Amino acid sequence: MEGELLIPLAILAGLGLLFGIILSLAYKQFKVYEDPRINVVEELLPSANCGACGVPGCRAFAEKVVIENMNPAKCTVSSEEGIDKIAAYLGIEASREEKVVARLLCAGGINEAHNLASYKGGMSTCRGEAVVVGGSKDCSWGCLGLGDCAQACTFEAIHMNNDALPVVDAAKCTACNDCVEVCPKDLFVLMPVSRKLLVQCRSLLEGDLAEAKCSVACTGCSRCVADAAPGVIGIVDNLAVINYELNDLANPYAIKRCPTGAIVWLAGDNQFAPAEKTPLPLGRVEESLDKGVYYQ
Amino acid sequence: MATSTYNGKTFTFKHGVHPEEFKDLSSHCAIQRMPFVEEYILPLGQHIGAPSTPLVTKGQKVARGQKIASPAGFVSVALHAPVDGEVSGIGLFANPSGQMVPGIKIRTDPYSTQKMAAVPVDLESLDNKGFINAVQEAGIVGLGGAAFPSHVKLAIPEDKKCDYIMLNGCECEPFLTADHRVMVEHPEEIIDGILILNKFIKARKAFIGIEVNKPDAIAALQKLAATSRFPVEVIQLAVKYPQGAEKMMITAILGKEVPHGKLPLDLGVLVANVGTVKAIADYFRLGQPLIERIVTVTGTAVKNPANILVPLGTPMKDVIAWSGGVTGDAARILLGGPMMGAVQKTLDTPVVKGTSGILILGNDLVKDITEYNCIRCGRCVEACPLYLNPSMMGLLAKKGRWEEMLDYHVLDCFECASCSYVCPSGIPLVQSFRVAKGILREKAAKEKTAGQS
Repeated sequence: MEGELLIPLAILAGLGLLFGIILSLAYKQFKVYEDPRINVVEELLPSANCGACGVPGCRAFAEKVVIENMNPAKCTVSSEEGIDKIAAYLGIEASREEKVVARLLCAGGINEAHNLASYKGGMSTCRGEAVVVGGSKDCSWGCLGLGDCAQACTFEAIHMNNDALPVVDAAKCTACNDCVEVCPKDLFVLMPVSRKLLVQCRSLLEGDLAEAKCSVACTGCSRCVADAAPGVIGIVDNLAVINYELNDLANPYAIKRCPTGAIVWLAGDNQFAPAEKTPLPLGRVEESLDKGVYYQ
Repeated sequence: MATSTYNGKTFTFKHGVHPEEFKDLSSHCAIQRMPFVEEYILPLGQHIGAPSTPLVTKGQKVARGQKIASPAGFVSVALHAPVDGEVSGIGLFANPSGQMVPGIKIRTDPYSTQKMAAVPVDLESLDNKGFINAVQEAGIVGLGGAAFPSHVKLAIPEDKKCDYIMLNGCECEPFLTADHRVMVEHPEEIIDGILILNKFIKARKAFIGIEVNKPDAIAALQKLAATSRFPVEVIQLAVKYPQGAEKMMITAILGKEVPHGKLPLDLGVLVANVGTVKAIADYFRLGQPLIERIVTVTGTAVKNPANILVPLGTPMKDVIAWSGGVTGDAARILLGGPMMGAVQKTLDTPVVKGTSGILILGNDLVKDITEYNCIRCGRCVEACPLYLNPSMMGLLAKKGRWEEMLDYHVLDCFECASCSYVCPSGIPLVQSFRVAKGILREKAAKEKTAGQS
């Protein structure tokens, strides 16, 4: 009776011991050294796995930071203190990366760009609307306003305003590229916050045709080109295009004569913020012309 | 002709749906020629493939039938002026896809006539390559709706052999009767077109597949087929949607399925729409390139449904106005049929090579659909002519799990909309597959460019 109990126990214990020895030998034999600092750095990262740094996931980023000396400031989600902590832990100098945010290249909300039809396609997403004749808006480049980007944003940095346009909260935006990818009209671009001059339009139509479809369309009138420093703005396919290599030369006076308001100078960090009072333009005032017509 | 196994029988494929036909509205209306209007808008990309390259400049005088844009690459065709006139602009114009695309605008010369300085093409002098080149220069594309350049289909690779020429006269979309009228009024041209095609393709036999709801078309073609020098057989196909889809017609006639990822040519079949074959015959007999097509203007909100021979580039509003206009309760405009046609948001869009009909639905047929949850009834599975699982793909699409939809062969879906048509829960199935296909294609293109760099 006792033997019947003891023999299986002994066999089990023996097997356990045997496998234990094999496992411990295997552990010694196949051990891969891993820098313990990777774990610590990973702990210090925000675990958002957003991909804004260009590396898939926070763990992979931590590996790059520790092993390949990637700049920890590439993580746009971490606060400055967080970056400093990582830098201090690793004993390196973290260079500051300029903050990059998503900008919408359209200002034509429901009040500016009219609809020609009403979309009842069942899928209430921009993607769904875009496959039906490019959306119900008359302007075929404009924002469809159903908020795919707000849905896609992991950081809740995008909300739709009363004009059915997405507003990016620059403080929350981590430039993870999700909204850029999801927008069927390719209206989002990632831009450093120092780029204040922005053309919020992508319509390639000529002057009146563009304006007929949207009251804030760029008509390609070239006034901003004349008012800005040479080379800063150019007109390509009836659309003002800013050469951001000359961003240092950009100034708010370029937008003053824009007839539609397609080109803006961002006062704060966010787009579509209520306009604040701007100073009168510099330049020579032609006294002979009354009612204060200004010329550069 | 020898008796055949096809005699008197009706063939079809499995699955599919039976939407109400509404063909009586216009099937009896003889084709009318539309007079010229003031302005024509010709988008450069009316076909699948690279948009044509314009050959004219603003202010230049053009003549009816003159080439105004040349093909840009092999999968591209030429474009011709539909009227005598003057190029009044080259720029961006509305097109049926809803995008603004590059196009040529022609202001009609008030004295423009139907006359064309065209000469018939000498068939005898052409070799295979010359024939394909001629079809490309004639601007001929598939007139069934997809507008795929015909010469690409006709350029049969060395290692493949075409045994059967199959003409598609099904016209399974409800409302449309353009192909029907072509078959009734121009059967000689169709048979002629087959002979021209066969001179170069050298097939064994030609089939013309026609749904049995067009008895007059069947009779007209059967009469000519009986005396034809080349074996042509008219096949009666059951009235079912999407019988006119290329793959469905092959299954119905040959009893074989086109395998996944293969073309009809792998089964030795070349499929062409009856209208396309007529266009080919017109070019080689009369020298007339593709500058006009037959468009059905119909719908429950159209005053006088009609089949109209419209010069390409005529704005939709002019075609509708000439046909007699719309009734008060017009609610939705489509180019093409109600199942696969493209909804339009503006009447400025011109008639292009792929426009088989202008359909204006009244309030009686346009309903707001409320979406409910999938009840797993399986009707979409039974309707799908390709034996896909729309229900499962719909659920995946709702969650945005696009990549998993690949396992369910979403890319094989040709968007016939049978699934959405039968869904009792009003789920936008085919709509979400279109979105999925777009996203997946974008991703594949991105990966391809990433792989190259």
